Parts: sequence; C-alpha cells; structure tokens
Amino acid sequence: MFDILYKIFGRDNSSSKNIARERLRLVLIHDRATISPEVLLLLKEDLIKVIREYLEIDEEALLVNLENDNDSVALVANIPIKGLRRAVNE
Amino acid sequence: MKSKVLVITSGKGGVGKTTTTANLGTALAMLDKSVVMVDTDIGLRNLDVVLGLENRIVFDIVDVVNGSCKLRQALIKDKRIESLFLLPAAQTKDKNAVTPHQMKNLTNELRKEFDFILVDCPAGIEQGFRNAIAGADSAIVVATPEISSVRDADRIIGLLEAAGLYDTRLIVNRLRSRMVKNGDMLDVDDIIDILSINLLGVVPEDESIVISTNRGEPAVMETSSKAGAAYKKIARRLNGEEVPLFTLEDERILDKFRRLLKIAR
Repeated sequence: MFDILYKIFGRDNSSSKNIARERLRLVLIHDRATISPEVLLLLKEDLIKVIREYLEIDEEALLVNLENDNDSVALVANIPIKGLRRAVNE
Repeated sequence: MKSKVLVITSGKGGVGKTTTTANLGTALAMLDKSVVMVDTDIGLRNLDVVLGLENRIVFDIVDVVNGSCKLRQALIKDKRIESLFLLPAAQTKDKNAVTPHQMKNLTNELRKEFDFILVDCPAGIEQGFRNAIAGADSAIVVATPEISSVRDADRIIGLLEAAGLYDTRLIVNRLRSRMVKNGDMLDVDDIIDILSINLLGVVPEDESIVISTNRGEPAVMETSSKAGAAYKKIARRLNGEEVPLFTLEDERILDKFRRLLKIAR
C-alpha cells in the first residue's frame, strides 16, 4: 500500500537512502555474526564431545567456521570421519 | 530525586557526543537540576571549549583520581548557570591514567552532590570507552544518519549490553529533513528499526551549532536555534517529562505554515 504511494510520489527503490539501508542491513548481519575465537573454540570442543558419542572423527582436522554469503551467515563445520562405531542393537 | 549517571557515547568520532553532552547538561541545569558533565576523553579534551570554560581549568579528572586535589577543587562552575559544573579531562596525561574502578568511585562520589552526571565518552571502544561506561546507570548513543555511524552505534550497543547496560537510548543527530524527504538520507524509523533501540530524540542539522561552538555557548541558550530546541526537548524527556517526538510530519506542517505566511506577505 505504502509502496504504491511511494512510487506515485517518485520514491523508487533506487534512492540512495534505500541503497544505504540495504547496505547497512547486510553489513550488520556480518558484524553481528562475528563470534570471538575463544567462543568458536569452545563451540568446537563441545561439538567434538557430542559427535564422539556416535562417530569416530579426526579431531585434529576438524574445522568450524562462520561463513558469510551474500545476505546470510552460516556455521560451517568440516568433520572428517575416521570410522563408524559398530552399531549395537540391544 | 535519585541521581542519574548517563554516559553519552557513539563509537564513531565526530557525530556530536561532546556537543550533545554540553547541550543536554546545560538544558538540564536550565530546568533547575544540579548537573555535572564529566569529560573522559583524556588527551583530547574538548568539552571545556564547547562550554567556553577552557580558561578556568586548574585541576582535572586525573588529579582527582590520583588524589592530587579534592573533587570540589577540580569542579568548574559554569559562568552562566548556577547549578552546572564541569569536571575536565586531562590534556597532557596518559590516557590509561584512569581505571574503570576509579571511574566508578568517582561517579558514586558525584551522585552525592548532583541530580545528573553526564559522562562524555571518547570515540572508540578501548580503555577510554571502558572508563566512561564504568559508573553509568544507562547510556545515550548518538548517531548521525550515515551508514558508518549507525554501524558503529550497533557495535557500541552490543558492547554496552555485554557490560550490563541494557537501557540504551538513541539520539539521531544532524538529520537533514529535506534530504530525508527526497529519499537521500536514512530516516529515523530506518535507524531505530535496524538498531532495535528506543529513540530518545532527533536533532536537526543546524548551522547555529557551529556558531554556538565558536562562541563557547551551548545552542540551548540561543532561543532561535532549532538544534537547541531539540536538545531542550530531550532534556525534558531525561527529566521524566512526556514530550512528544518531533517528527518530519510536524515539520511539514510548519513548512506549510511558513509558505502560507510568505504568500500572505
């Protein structure tokens, strides 16, 4: 509704204000997603603890990182598996 | 009334922290409150010149925390308003000369004497920032409608929360309503939406600030200053009054009146 009004009054989305708002939104997504190295290390240790219950993993080669895509942030973990624990059916 | 310690901060430099501190302090004192403004920008002191009190400094904040002088000796009384005082920063001493713990003690000492303690924070997020926020009950973040300033404000709000200060309010400074109308400047709603923070007030861009600073007289003392009027409103809000926010809509109506008057002439 307001968009239509804005268009009528000549406020299209390419106005520099809208560019600024969009750039700001993206830059803040990235800024806010920064986790300190210490926290990331703690997260990594906890991940190892949980995964070890189920899988045999290469703890040395485990990588955990935050990755920024255009407009989103993902926690990406690369966890090489050495072997699977034998399933125990009781 | 319980005294309030408010820190005025922004992250980015040059957005108007010192001008805001000087004007809010003066405006609160004009409301008959006892006010002390504390300049914590050690090495780069400026609040004294904005207030026109630079010639009266004998002792400074570092002298006080070192015990080289009594707190009372370092407080500079404003030349215009009875209940207004300044505790100046040190200009030549090491900027790590004050610790957060000392700042906390200092603000607690000032609470005994004053209704409002306004702490002018240096730019940046280092020791000076840590000191300035140490004794504060809440923070006022100043931001201009620019990406860089709003981004830094976001970072500061995060750091304030990490330090246990959750009741942070925003002053949008130097807003140019004409540019906002033309879609060439972030508007207040965009900024508060992005920062998800409460708005304390909006101060328009105003050349009279330059003139006031040249003279060393805060704009709130100048009756015709638009920025001064905005700061006065903010001061009343800080004093617990309900004062409606000045919106662009109001200005539009005012503009229409002005135009009508011009036509009538």
